[in-house]
Amino acid sequence: MTSVRVPPVLRVHVDGQKEVAASGGTVGEILNDLVARHPGLGEQLLKADGSLHRFVNVYLNGQDVRYLAVLDTPVTDSDALIILPAMAGGA
Amino acid sequence: MTADRQLPMARGPVREVMPAEAADLIAAGAVLIDTRETHEWNAGHLEGATLIPPIEVVEKVTQLAPDKEKQVVVYCAAGARSMRAAMQMAALGYQNVTSMAGGIVQWKQEGRPWQMPGDAPAVARNPRYARHLVMPEVGPEGQGRLAESKVLFIGAGGLGSPGLLYLAAAGVGTLGIVDFDVVDLSNLQRQVVHTDDRIGMKKTQSAAMTIRALNPEVKVVAYDEMLTEENVDRLIAGYDVVIDGTDTFETRYTLNDAAVRAAIPVVHASVFRFEGQLSVFVPYEGPCYRCLYPTPPPPELAPGCSVAGVLGVVPGVMGLLQATEAIKVLLKLGDPLVGRLLIWDALDGAFSEVTLRRDPNCPACGQGAMVAAAAAEAQPTLAAAG
Repeated sequence: MTSVRVPPVLRVHVDGQKEVAASGGTVGEILNDLVARHPGLGEQLLKADGSLHRFVNVYLNGQDVRYLAVLDTPVTDSDALIILPAMAGGA
Repeated sequence: MTADRQLPMARGPVREVMPAEAADLIAAGAVLIDTRETHEWNAGHLEGATLIPPIEVVEKVTQLAPDKEKQVVVYCAAGARSMRAAMQMAALGYQNVTSMAGGIVQWKQEGRPWQMPGDAPAVARNPRYARHLVMPEVGPEGQGRLAESKVLFIGAGGLGSPGLLYLAAAGVGTLGIVDFDVVDLSNLQRQVVHTDDRIGMKKTQSAAMTIRALNPEVKVVAYDEMLTEENVDRLIAGYDVVIDGTDTFETRYTLNDAAVRAAIPVVHASVFRFEGQLSVFVPYEGPCYRCLYPTPPPPELAPGCSVAGVLGVVPGVMGLLQATEAIKVLLKLGDPLVGRLLIWDALDGAFSEVTLRRDPNCPACGQGAMVAAAAAEAQPTLAAAG
């Protein structure tokens, strides 16, 4: 299982947890497993065709997966994933 | 006051005297030596003094004062380095060496005259910035650069408030403020540039009042309008750095695209409940906001602070980090957060960081966008030529 950090704006879909575990050998498999466990995350992360929304970034050990192999990027249990959607609040 | 200042000491040929007596010796023609570092000298020194940094005393003092019988007065910041220098001089055979107790700090506290190096800017004589002036990384030159700098705040709200206060205090010469809103009671939980008796007042006016009260040397330019596609180029023109303290995606993208066009760095931050994000977008040097997120999320997926709430101190901390980054950019200090996104989780008390990259296909700063911008710029010329 790989640990995935969930941003505050999405925690409502994972019972308020900051970090959740998901299994899979690639970023795509992990996100799909995450959505299977927490269906509310589905439309927040993925488009209907299964690709990642452009307003959500996923970082593997601090690196943007779009500059790795996107959803095909291999992941091991010791890696850390961060989900980071755009947020606008400032005032 | 320490004991040795109350009771100046005599150690062989070395005497320690209070500033009043040192002033008499200087007036009577003593050789005057300042034994500090260059950056300290640049922040002010005594008239008629010669700088000899501590490490150079043994090597240089005989050139400056070949007559070892003559009275020499040596001072530093507080009296310790000058006492060491005086002992070294005594060992070299000087007969009348006097160290000034309390150093230039005590001298200034007593209201005695001192001067700046001849080429220092006026701001370098300003005691308001004394703590900056003694730092080698800022000093008179950096303080002068801050005084000539122009920083534009988009929003005088949660993020803008602390930055406005601290950049005004730091002596940034011009602070522009874009905000169309008025002060509301619900703002005061975090927007500390405003006050309870100004509810209903325009935020630009309220912020300007606070800034003037804090540092009347700062020029405030108030833009009582909403940032839009139509006015953004005019609003940001001429500013050195823009602080993005807005609350909507629309404004953030409008600002980003214009800042890329004008090649002005933007210090970006956003907050949500207990968390903040921060980065510095320097056009063409690092990624821009659109490289990070090319399109905004639908509104239902990204609630603002008014819907989701925010712990008041969170924009306070992030706004101060923005001000810090702005000063770093203005003074070319350290490593600004270019190509890095800092994430602060207040509940964990933890900072983390991810790497941001320039997107070659970015619609704002990518190759295609630059070609399109160049073509648009060339168009009128071609038309005129045709």
